[in-house]
Amino acid sequence: MTALAWLIPCALALGGLGLAAFLWALNSGQFEDLEGAGWRALEDVSPSEDKRG
Amino acid sequence: MAQALSAPAADEIAARDAAKLNERSAQTITLAVEGMHCGGCLRKVETALMNVPGVAGARANLSARRVTALVKGADVNSVALIEALGNVGFKAADLPIDRIKPLEGADDALLRRIGVAGFAAMNIMLLSVSVWAGHGDMSPSMQSLFHWVSALIALPAVAYAGQPFFRSALDALKAGRVNMDVPISLGVCLATAMSFYQTMRGTEHVFFDAAVTLLLFLLIGRYLDQAVRVKAASAAANLLGLRGGAATIVDAEGKTSRVAAHKIVPGMRVLTASGERFAVDGRLVEGAADVDESLITGETTPRAVSQGGRVYAGTVNLSGPVLSEATATDQNTLLAEISRLMLAAEQARGRYVRLADRAARMYAPAVHALGLITFVGWMLAGQGWEMALTAAIAVLIITCPCALALAVPAVQVAASSRLFGMGTLLKAADGLERLAETDTVVFDKTGTVTLGEPQLVDPDAIDKAVLARAAALASVSRHPYARAVVRAAQASGLSVAALSDVREVAGFGLERVSNGTSERLGSAAWVGFTAPADGRSGVYYRAADGSITLLAFEDRIRPDAKEVMETLKAAGYRIEMLSGDQKPVVEAVASACGIDTWTAAASPADKIHRLETLAAEGRKVLMVGDGLNDAPALAAGHASLSPTTAADVSQVAADGVFQGERLAPILEAIAVARATRRMSLQNFAIAIGYNALFVPLAMAGYVTPLIAAIAMSASSIAVTVNAVRLRTMKLELAP
Repeated sequence: MTALAWLIPCALALGGLGLAAFLWALNSGQFEDLEGAGWRALEDVSPSEDKRG
Repeated sequence: MAQALSAPAADEIAARDAAKLNERSAQTITLAVEGMHCGGCLRKVETALMNVPGVAGARANLSARRVTALVKGADVNSVALIEALGNVGFKAADLPIDRIKPLEGADDALLRRIGVAGFAAMNIMLLSVSVWAGHGDMSPSMQSLFHWVSALIALPAVAYAGQPFFRSALDALKAGRVNMDVPISLGVCLATAMSFYQTMRGTEHVFFDAAVTLLLFLLIGRYLDQAVRVKAASAAANLLGLRGGAATIVDAEGKTSRVAAHKIVPGMRVLTASGERFAVDGRLVEGAADVDESLITGETTPRAVSQGGRVYAGTVNLSGPVLSEATATDQNTLLAEISRLMLAAEQARGRYVRLADRAARMYAPAVHALGLITFVGWMLAGQGWEMALTAAIAVLIITCPCALALAVPAVQVAASSRLFGMGTLLKAADGLERLAETDTVVFDKTGTVTLGEPQLVDPDAIDKAVLARAAALASVSRHPYARAVVRAAQASGLSVAALSDVREVAGFGLERVSNGTSERLGSAAWVGFTAPADGRSGVYYRAADGSITLLAFEDRIRPDAKEVMETLKAAGYRIEMLSGDQKPVVEAVASACGIDTWTAAASPADKIHRLETLAAEGRKVLMVGDGLNDAPALAAGHASLSPTTAADVSQVAADGVFQGERLAPILEAIAVARATRRMSLQNFAIAIGYNALFVPLAMAGYVTPLIAAIAMSASSIAVTVNAVRLRTMKLELAP
């Protein structure tokens, strides 16, 4: 049962990682334009040239 | 749930706005953009703005139909950006700040809470399942450890994720009301507190999982509800922004400058280019113009205005550039007058109470009463406060209004996305509910039952050579008749050559003089012909040899108008037509579509009056109209729809905007609205049926909070799945 001592923190950390990833995505505006994002993927401009705000 | 939502959302947004201001300062300009549809458009819009000196970055948002520019120089303003977009073919406008401020970020704040609640629910469930599975085998100390870890996750999660409900419940209680959030908050808080107490005592009656899962479901429901609302309000704000415009003013030295329409004061001289809308009411001081007043009067035939004549804001100048002197400010124009009439009419509609709110008013007190009875009952039975409280919590969790808070928003999201897919944009969140209740449809004529653009009558009867010459002359003009001639010629397969030496005389017509001969296209007087008084409106073409041809026009009725009227009648709807146009024209259109009741020459006030009369008879009217003169009536109707060709103000006033040449979207919208109401009621029935089954068991103490939580989840999933069916269901408007 000592395994639980590190398994529980592990499970929480993994879940926390998911939450952090979601909050990061939210804060960096990943969900702001769901329609446009699909179209942008089809545009022939490499990300390095694309310095738009 | 309207009042329930507003208070917490507003606080969160205020905080977020402050953060945004610090982060980006006032250096971003956000504009509403019309006509963006694909990735290419995004690129075009962004590139156009990037090419404006002083713009450091531009990001277009296709979902919101907006673009945000990052501006470095202080000399760059929105007017320059709007012009840059205009040059690449996109109509853009400043957004009314007071309208978009309340919308920004409200979604994100809720999503963040959903994220936290989801994280907590999953981890606590993981621990709870272990405890349930190990029931009997697990040592008390291990069980206690699991409960403490659960408590560690649940307490902060509930405190954070539950805030929207707690705040709204507190606000309601302070105002002496009870809303849906009161039983929710009570259930969640009591369950959490009770679990914490039991954890400290080391017993097995711990149910953090129930509290957090409940919160998660309710947050999702609230998010869906808000998504519909924000989308509707954002569409309305875009339309409102696109309405107001800029104008070119000419100062005493003859220099021109662009100013916002609302900054014009009486006495200023305004230059209105060909095809542009007059920004303010005024008097022509230089030049004469043909003015398209269809948005105001509903008449398609333009009015000729000579020097000194009055022009109204919102009308379109069809002739060359003209100079007018402003006689009224933006606040004081005919347009503003109509806006005021509209606002007054809107207030009446603002009192509409949504289905979910009506249900909540009855539901909340009943839930509290049941919970209290359970608690008091068990206390009186001498079972002790722990047993009594546990049973009461089970009742609160069981009765938790998932059907109200989750199912109705889910139905509405499914309905509005279905309508959106068919090209109908819903602007009012409660529009669907009102639409479902209508039993009368009142149509405007011009631009609604008809397409609002003149069409040449019987082009095949006109000599091809004559039509080609007339079209060549007409190609230089913006007059709707001239455009109709060009369209007819092109439809007949003629190529229309643009002529350069054509002279346009506002109010009369076009003339081309070459090699000593002249040909003319225009009014009877212009070609020197005495028109027979048969009432047909049209223009005359006089060829170089002096022969005269009449080109008659009619307003084309929408292709499916008659079928739509018949379907509506068959479905038990009463149909009327209200038009600002003249009697013979209205009568002809009415009989062609099979409309028996109609009124001609109706002013905006007449239209409102008629709607009020119908409302007084107990009828719920769906108003369908497009003109500026319909805007007040659109706001006064129980529900309203506009075609996308409608005046901007009318689109703002209407609950929904439909696309295309056909009227069938109206039938689809009504069918979807009725299905939405039916599904919402079904969901209420599911929820109530489930309550009827479990509440007595819970009151009797047979349901532990664990079973309550599982049953609650099952009912939430059932109503949501039922709601999602609406996306693909086959719908027809039945009597």
